[in-house]
Amino acid sequence: MTSFVGTVASLAARAGGSAVRQVRSVVDPSAARPAGASQPASGWLVVTVLREQSDIDTARLPAPLADFGGRIEVRVRPAADGKGTELAVRLRDRRSSGGVLSRLGGRDPQAELRSALRRAKQLIEVGEVLAVDPAPHGKRTATPGGMLLEAWTKVAPKAGVR
Amino acid sequence: MKAVTWRGVNEIGVEDVPEPTIINDHDIILEVGLTATCGSDLHLMGGYIPAMRAGDVLGHEFMGTVAEVGRGVTKHQVGDRVVVVSFTSCGQCWYCRQGLWSLCDNGNPNPGITEALWGQAIGGCYGYSHALGGWAGSHARYIRVPYADQGAFPIPDGVSDERALFASDAAPTGWTGAHQAEVRPGDVVAVWGAGGVGQMAARAAMLMGAERVVVIDRYDNRLAQVRTHIGAETLDYEKVDVPAELRELTGGRGPDVCIEAVGMEAHSPGPLYLYDQVKQQMRLQTDRPTAVREAIYACRKGGTVFTLGVFAGVVDKFPLGAVMNKALTLRGAQQHGHRYIPEILDRMSRDEVKTEHLATHVMSLNDGPKGYRMFKNKEDGCVRAVFRPGA
Repeated sequence: MTSFVGTVASLAARAGGSAVRQVRSVVDPSAARPAGASQPASGWLVVTVLREQSDIDTARLPAPLADFGGRIEVRVRPAADGKGTELAVRLRDRRSSGGVLSRLGGRDPQAELRSALRRAKQLIEVGEVLAVDPAPHGKRTATPGGMLLEAWTKVAPKAGVR
Repeated sequence: MKAVTWRGVNEIGVEDVPEPTIINDHDIILEVGLTATCGSDLHLMGGYIPAMRAGDVLGHEFMGTVAEVGRGVTKHQVGDRVVVVSFTSCGQCWYCRQGLWSLCDNGNPNPGITEALWGQAIGGCYGYSHALGGWAGSHARYIRVPYADQGAFPIPDGVSDERALFASDAAPTGWTGAHQAEVRPGDVVAVWGAGGVGQMAARAAMLMGAERVVVIDRYDNRLAQVRTHIGAETLDYEKVDVPAELRELTGGRGPDVCIEAVGMEAHSPGPLYLYDQVKQQMRLQTDRPTAVREAIYACRKGGTVFTLGVFAGVVDKFPLGAVMNKALTLRGAQQHGHRYIPEILDRMSRDEVKTEHLATHVMSLNDGPKGYRMFKNKEDGCVRAVFRPGA
């Protein structure tokens, strides 16, 4: 079952990634470049949090990032024009940043870190991590489209273009 | 509990679903009093936004009574009568603090989907697909409301449920369009679409001082509502040439501000409509931008065009040349209702904003499929089907 879900997730990522890539290539020809071209070479993942830099103690990061321990590097700097503080993290061991399809599918080496960074931002700004499940719903009819969407939804918190 | 659900393309159901529970500290559980269909639901219904799963609860425009309160909630108590904005926004990120609430960084638990589509994720929306968070919608007896201190607003005593309901989405969406398009006193404003959002955009523009406001549609009953309840002028695009009429109306200049409140399934009488239909059905474009094209064409030089109707992806034959050469400002947004709802409720309490006429058909949740059919096909003059879960 697990491998089946994994296969569906992989298909979802491929299908979603392909569709998105197709759409983006229409809108932005630069998106048609080889997979991985839009990933910064440095490997930093960055969010901006609406806090002063002095409010973010890199030695006492929120749990989702603290759990990575010495496996990540952390950088903070003020955001331009009072937009808060840029909080950047990257894996020390980054042999591969993954291709654009694996990033969209939440299967790249930085997927867990991307999710942790988003959760850390929420903890700093709001004080809690927003959860949607369990959301009430009716009967789920098993359709290929529904399975693909479910698979993509499961990885969506870890997926992204950055 | 009973709920109106999306079952598949053009298939609406009524099902028993589990009741929601408080998950985050800033949640409330709301007993839904009234919940409205919205034109943007039709895009979900028709499969134009392919991020719905069978069984998803629909509905994002609603009001009701607070039934349960999370321990982090400070502004609401059990029994409060509130209206809830359709977007889930944290109130703490930079975008929320700028008043751009629908762009919230934290309100969408599935950010990977819209980040892939649009480059950045926006906030979440109730009952509006897994791309916007996967939140259960309001067409049910109860709904979970996250970030309740930010998104739920007490309804003044003198404002009826039927009026307050549309302070959830239609009115603040209209306000977003008029305000973000920077309507100024003396402006001539044209609004494409005489549905709930278009009517509210017109009303907002009038209250912001516009000298003339013209609403464009083809349905007589909707245009009559605009004249009677909103006080704006109207044009029937099946009877007149809209850009020509607007030119005459404005001394040859064109409207200062053009607000498009139609969205991705726009209709037009011309051959371009057939072209757009074919391309959309073949998935060569995701959206039909007919009204946007006309708004760009009609707008005065240096004016502003605002896309308030919902679009999801890419469009064809977009008149970028007109945008550039006429020096237009082109803007768009989902609603930033959190910043406008207090003003709207205040104006509702003073009868400056009236919305009851939009609820042309009020029914029980059991009539969900019928309500959506009537709304989609404009049967019996349906402007909005509204469900009363307690009925």
